[in-house]
Amino acid sequence: MSADGGVLSPPLAALLELTHRCPLQCPYCSNPLELERAKGELSTAEWLRVLDEAAELGILQVHFSGGEPAVRRDLTDLVAHARRIGLYSNLITSGVTLDKPRIAQLKEAGLDHVQLSIQDVDHQTAAFIANYPGVQGKKLAFARMVKEAGLPLTINAVINRHNISRVERMIDLAVSLGAGRVEVAHAQYYGWAIRNRAALMPTLPQVHEATRHVESARERLRGQIVIDYVLPDYYARQPKACMGGWGRQFLNITPSGEVLPCHAAQTIPGMAFESVRHKPLAEIWGGSPAFERFRGTDWMPELCRTCDQREVDWGGCRCQALAVVGDAAATDPACAKSPKNATLRALADEAASQPPPDFVYRRMTPHDSKPALAVTTG
Amino acid sequence: MTASELASDARPGLAPGVRLTFDKARDRWVVLAPERVLVPDETALEILQRCDGARQVDTIVDELASAYSADRSEIEHDVKDLLASLIEKRIVTA
Repeated sequence: MSADGGVLSPPLAALLELTHRCPLQCPYCSNPLELERAKGELSTAEWLRVLDEAAELGILQVHFSGGEPAVRRDLTDLVAHARRIGLYSNLITSGVTLDKPRIAQLKEAGLDHVQLSIQDVDHQTAAFIANYPGVQGKKLAFARMVKEAGLPLTINAVINRHNISRVERMIDLAVSLGAGRVEVAHAQYYGWAIRNRAALMPTLPQVHEATRHVESARERLRGQIVIDYVLPDYYARQPKACMGGWGRQFLNITPSGEVLPCHAAQTIPGMAFESVRHKPLAEIWGGSPAFERFRGTDWMPELCRTCDQREVDWGGCRCQALAVVGDAAATDPACAKSPKNATLRALADEAASQPPPDFVYRRMTPHDSKPALAVTTG
Repeated sequence: MTASELASDARPGLAPGVRLTFDKARDRWVVLAPERVLVPDETALEILQRCDGARQVDTIVDELASAYSADRSEIEHDVKDLLASLIEKRIVTA
């Protein structure tokens, strides 16, 4: 039962982080600062069981993500199994490790959709952001191979102060690559991105200009491409319904099998997460204290509980409340009604007004930074 | 595309990356698309189930007009309206 007394619905989708290994080192990566090692990853057999449990529970869509999911040699087997049991499968990839034969195998296995991240249209800045020389050329070649294989493509561009002036060109690039959809998403400041906040944060006038470009592109490209736009929380007046509400529609599974309500939930102190290694997914979804903690509206502070938007934004983002207010159960500071809304804005203004500091690139701790691609699992 | 621009002999089909499937856990039909789950109402479902890339818009209208014993021009208006909006959202191609 959910906190509001209704019957708990099953989740619609699951984000499956097959691995934290990735050849790129983007400084806004949504993975936690403490990256999991290859030796802790779920085996192929364990992932196959998780897929069965997901379909049984009522999950409709699975997103194979990472790290770079294609680092796992069993990716095609997992996609094939997902298809067999009726799950809609999406591959969220950096695009730099998959060659033509593997793309063909994924298509053959029944992959429904590919989502390719890009860092920029400018090759030099893209390489700088990913800390990977030649990254853009590889991505463009990958996008072409995806289209040749007949797979539908979404381009995902993460917007930050280094690329924000080229939002319009990124949308046009997506169109020229034959993408049916482009996500223009301002960096979300958790995990690595909050560590790199000052190096990533654009100014408010830059954000306004980017928003104008997105709006005019939507008009100009109506019917040609779907443009999804994720606004930056730090300049927001209304919080977003993070994950569609805690424990309402989504779950996230880490490489070692921990089940999270969102990918940043591990930053919240005092939360205990359960693993698919020890419990069926349905039991974790229905009864895990971590999912119950912020589910529904009962947990809300007075300000949220009495707000007419409480079942629209579901209180916004818990991890952001923690990161900025110091209390995961506080009103999301992205809300104009939050006493900390001005603090959030001031943090953004201050970060954006200084010259950008160097990136802290996303990587495993030095003693584990052996080439990720040399390791195989599964 | 507007409804009036949709040719009567177009053959609408589900767009690449889109599946119409029965959701057993919730006992309803759903449209699965990239990052989207849509729940069609009864009319939309009747239309989507006929978007097979083979039937023409006219045929779909005829079938529905006959199934519901309804006024053909009214059905044509509804079908074209819905298809135009689904084409713009890239759920359907024609």
